Amino acid sequence: MSDTHDTWTLAGRTLTSRLIIGTGKYKDADETRACLAASGAEIVTVALRRVDLKVKDNLLSWIDRGRYTLLPNTAGCYTADEAVRTLRLARELGIAELVKLEVIGDPRTLLPDNEETLKAAKILLDEGFVVLPYCTDDPIVCRKLEAMGCAAVMPLAAPIGSGLGIRNPHNIRLIIEQAKIPVIVDAGVGTASDAAIAMELGCTAVLMNTAVAHAQVPVLMAEAMRDGIVAGRKAFRAGRMPARVVGSASSPTTGMIE
Amino acid sequence: MPTLVLNGEPHPFTPGTTVGALVASLGLDPRQVAVERNREIVPRATYDQTELVDGDRLEVVTFVGGG
Repeated sequence: MSDTHDTWTLAGRTLTSRLIIGTGKYKDADETRACLAASGAEIVTVALRRVDLKVKDNLLSWIDRGRYTLLPNTAGCYTADEAVRTLRLARELGIAELVKLEVIGDPRTLLPDNEETLKAAKILLDEGFVVLPYCTDDPIVCRKLEAMGCAAVMPLAAPIGSGLGIRNPHNIRLIIEQAKIPVIVDAGVGTASDAAIAMELGCTAVLMNTAVAHAQVPVLMAEAMRDGIVAGRKAFRAGRMPARVVGSASSPTTGMIE
Repeated sequence: MPTLVLNGEPHPFTPGTTVGALVASLGLDPRQVAVERNREIVPRATYDQTELVDGDRLEVVTFVGGG
């Protein structure tokens, strides 16, 4: 069965790749570009910061905006007000209404502040943004974000940049069961099997950055993630065999020589 | 000379300087930045009509790599 028809839809966009990748933490622009290409991603996240007058190669001057949809984030924001202010500026930069909302609650764990996230989501939705909120792997907060009108929910696998993989697959499963919008696991993926597990659970897509950027060979990991996501998705669609605690012979049990 | 606060740093400017002129003087492509003046966004279309005032606080931002 070909994967070419296994598309998904996000706020009216039809997408083939189920990997959304960040553009941070790479060695340089060349490495970023190579990893984005190897990942096959169609959506890439970007952050908004004060201009650095010493840096001449602005991301917007080298990124192929025909190929990638830019998804501005609110990384580093600790309140709803900061997040909303950041995304209003991002919109002024001429990027579409699609935004990644993340409001952090603690500098050590970088875990999200769900209360501030809900507050910011409400304001942004009222202002016409298409909101993709990063949140804890909590089915209740995901349900609330969906009811408000968010275009997807993005529960974490584990803390940002931790590489711990999916800490609570049962919660992710509950979130998927109830959601009528895409469920995108965001943050905490460490290696390709983590991404594959997310897809096997039934996630729509996976968003990651550090797992690729901080691999020993980032461009190879970008490919591994692409393949892991494709494999996990196929396994989900195929439907796994039931697990059992005892063996079940694969070869005929009759016709044995005596 | 009047001075504004540009991205947190004092920045003297000639009276009558507009946001557009400031962005150009910094060597920035206006399509690659967004400007907030005293916490209000300055729409790009109004850069050349918006004159800076002593004490203005400006944030000039762009996109960088991020997750």
